[in-house]
Amino acid sequence: MTIAATECLLRMYEEHHDLEDYQGGVPRWCTGCGDNAILAAVQRLCRDEDLRPEKTVFVSGIGCSSRFPHYMKTYGFHSIHGRALPIAEGVKMARPDLDVFVNTGDGDCCSIGAAHWIHAIRYNMNMTVMLHDNQIYGLTKMQASPTSPRGTKSNTTPRGSYLEALQPLAVTLGVQNVSFVAQAVDWIPEVLYDILSAAHHHKGFSFVRIIQRCPEWLPKLFDPFLHDPQKVLLLGHERGLHISPAVSKVYKNQEQHDPSNLNRAREIASIADPIPVGILYRNPDVPCYEDLRNSGQTRSTAMIKAGLEAEFDKFTVWPQEPSERALPAA
Amino acid sequence: MNANAMLKSGVDTARKVGPASGEKPVVTLTQHVVEIISDSGEGAQKCGQSLGAIAARMGNGVWTEEIIPAEIRPPARSVAGGSGNRIRLGSRRVTNAGNEADLVIAFNEQVLLGRVRDGALKSDCIILLENMWRDDRDPKIAAAYVETYDRLVTAGYRVYEIPMERECLKIVSDARRGKNMFALGALCKLYSLDLQLGRDQIALAFGKKDAKVVKSNVSLLEAGYAWAGENLDFAFRIPADRATEPQVVINGNTALALGVLASGMDVCAMYPITPATSVSHYLSDVFEKVGGVVHQAEDEIAACSFAIGASYAGKCTVTVTSGPGYSLKQEAIGLAVMCEIPLVVINVQRGGPSTGQPTKVEQGDLFAAMFGSHGDAPKVVMAPSTIEDCFYSVITARKIAETFNMVVVILTDATLASSQQPFPRPQFSEAWVAAPFDQSEVPEGSKPYDWNPDTGLARRFIPGQPGGMHTLTGLAHDTMSHVAYDPEINQQGIRARSLKLAALQKSLKTPPVFGGESGDMLVIGWGSTKGAIEEAVEGLRAEGHKVSSLHLTFLQPMAPGIKEIMQRFGKVMTIENNWSDNPDEKIIDETNRRYSAAAMLLRARYLVDVDCWSEVRGQPIKPGAIRRVLLQKLQQG
Repeated sequence: MTIAATECLLRMYEEHHDLEDYQGGVPRWCTGCGDNAILAAVQRLCRDEDLRPEKTVFVSGIGCSSRFPHYMKTYGFHSIHGRALPIAEGVKMARPDLDVFVNTGDGDCCSIGAAHWIHAIRYNMNMTVMLHDNQIYGLTKMQASPTSPRGTKSNTTPRGSYLEALQPLAVTLGVQNVSFVAQAVDWIPEVLYDILSAAHHHKGFSFVRIIQRCPEWLPKLFDPFLHDPQKVLLLGHERGLHISPAVSKVYKNQEQHDPSNLNRAREIASIADPIPVGILYRNPDVPCYEDLRNSGQTRSTAMIKAGLEAEFDKFTVWPQEPSERALPAA
Repeated sequence: MNANAMLKSGVDTARKVGPASGEKPVVTLTQHVVEIISDSGEGAQKCGQSLGAIAARMGNGVWTEEIIPAEIRPPARSVAGGSGNRIRLGSRRVTNAGNEADLVIAFNEQVLLGRVRDGALKSDCIILLENMWRDDRDPKIAAAYVETYDRLVTAGYRVYEIPMERECLKIVSDARRGKNMFALGALCKLYSLDLQLGRDQIALAFGKKDAKVVKSNVSLLEAGYAWAGENLDFAFRIPADRATEPQVVINGNTALALGVLASGMDVCAMYPITPATSVSHYLSDVFEKVGGVVHQAEDEIAACSFAIGASYAGKCTVTVTSGPGYSLKQEAIGLAVMCEIPLVVINVQRGGPSTGQPTKVEQGDLFAAMFGSHGDAPKVVMAPSTIEDCFYSVITARKIAETFNMVVVILTDATLASSQQPFPRPQFSEAWVAAPFDQSEVPEGSKPYDWNPDTGLARRFIPGQPGGMHTLTGLAHDTMSHVAYDPEINQQGIRARSLKLAALQKSLKTPPVFGGESGDMLVIGWGSTKGAIEEAVEGLRAEGHKVSSLHLTFLQPMAPGIKEIMQRFGKVMTIENNWSDNPDEKIIDETNRRYSAAAMLLRARYLVDVDCWSEVRGQPIKPGAIRRVLLQKLQQG
């Protein structure tokens, strides 16, 4: 797919966007839902980066989180349960010129779409993936999800959920080709914004788990963390998240963590209390699948014709007399 | 005994191989079915394909079909492990693999037994059997050989023992790697094929390797040719006009892959599955040279989703699979239908249900293709019936998909997948290739789904187009692609998506009738059965029966004019390679009889009493079987 170069140049001078250029439909999420904070941060990011709305695509699966694209004024694809990642990969493969974001939930990504999640990490295609993790199924009305803490009472686990929660960061960091892993919480918007910005700037599969509140089904789940700033572990580093003085004033529990340290990242990934917030891992040197596959090449009809004729030549039985095409007799 | 007498007699004695005395009479034939069968890895397939190519260059009609064991490395000398090729040679164009084989070369008696048990051989088939096993050091093997040999002779097969191993060892140190070319040489002699064409074919087939390999294979070919001339007392000739135009000799899966290339699509997403995978094997080799991508996804669902994502963002994309994979893709296919994203899905059908018979042919997925995916999910379903069709159908499918923003399912099958048939080399047309998507700015006020009230068609805009920003959704949506719960809007959306099938139907041509335009019996088929049906019909017509046939390329929508054709015949029936209940079964009657898929569709759509006959033996239906069925049905009156 090709775009006229002149058109790109012209647009470079004209484009300037305001927040409302990215605001689509009015969100229908519940009051107090963490998704609202994620939406606000993403719209701000789009504005600050001056992303062209027509070159930006939000792909989602199914669930509360996956309504996200409807609330953006960019291109969007609200698809089917669990398949946002392979669809986003197809978009990126066909059109590496597009800026691709994925919004997925803990059910969408870590349960029904888990296979795609593992492989998306391996493909390392350049996209920003937000895991909206509220640790419960919301749209289907309160069933335990893979990330629900053990003992979570839900409609399918009335006596408490049976299994230990899956740790999405630990899983992600265990997959070959992982290139960017971060964790944010919806209630520290400034840090959420900074992390999403870093994720967007990273070239590769940027995976951000965003711990978000569900006021409808698990209203009290994060109360201890909200009430006690010590229960958040901020990961700061000169090559990672830069923590502002204002944030430092409140969140004093901090660790200097170098995002190139994979082993320490893996240790941090399995900590549930306090909640680590920051960039756990970043490796800018992992190749992107779309680059390995030389996607988005210009293909002319002449090229296709030449390729096809060369193949037909291999399989053609010519009507000529044998002597014309023969080898010397053995 | 001369060859003529031999052909007429119901011989019951073993053939003695020895120097042939005097001039051999050459028997002229119109067609013959030859099989070459060996253990896996002994090169019988290469021998068969080469024989087909040589005969095609002679101007003969050819159909070759692979005989594939289900296992990757079946044990040597096993009844179920035979690997090889069936080649049907004819004076005229050959459209199917034909009936039971007339001549077989077997590298051991066990793989031969497998073919006997499959009913693949004529009762008086000529068998050329490698005889090295008679003197095998393992007494069990030698005994097994002798026992089988004796049984075959007693059963009436005309068995010639041939010392392939011994003769090949005179030329190469490892006869296992050489017998196939020796056999090819013998077959060239037996069918009076031009030996020089055989040498050319070896140069083509082994050309990439060094000259030594070519030379030793040519020596083996010549040795086989000479040996057959000196030791076998029969030979055939299948006269043909030398071909006047270039022919392409490929199998259906290669044809599909070349169709993908020719259609100008950029991306093929797939997951390995038999018997579809060779489409992607071949495409992986050639597609990237022209900037295309074959993506092997982590599973079938991902492959389909990836294709949908790529289609959504640009040109129509293709995903290739077989039955089980097709089942897995259903939900994603429904998404493409709902969002009106063009998509081509190729389903190379195999035996089902479940894992079924992965390497065997069946036409069992028609309903899944048409009605699969929940809710009302109208898709176009087409079925190529020849190798040539496989190529062109992808180009057509891509065009329909993009014109109507629909999913187009191409149903081929395991027979088409691995059969070869020469067809005229296609002349490239620029119209085949998908043009780049026009990404100009969307005029203000445009709707993502401006459904035409008469046809249901809507324009589509893709990411990158300024002013066209919208969010696609698998939820019910209005013309703005906004989620909508209004009953009227849901009605409107489903209506629009359904009308597109009618709009396509209006542009389809009525398929031609094979045979007379009216008569006592009309046979309807679809897909790979075309050649066999038409051969049976042609034979019966030559004997004065008023039988015709009609072959459907479009199963959904069905072309106009089909009911009118059916009404001109006394009886209508389908012949299909899928399940139907036999009406003669004790508990089967008209209230519970399950018809073959196409028969059921024709009955439902046209209110015509369409009968059917089908089988699910995992083999292509033979023209002889169709002939017997039709004769029986005609006699029933």
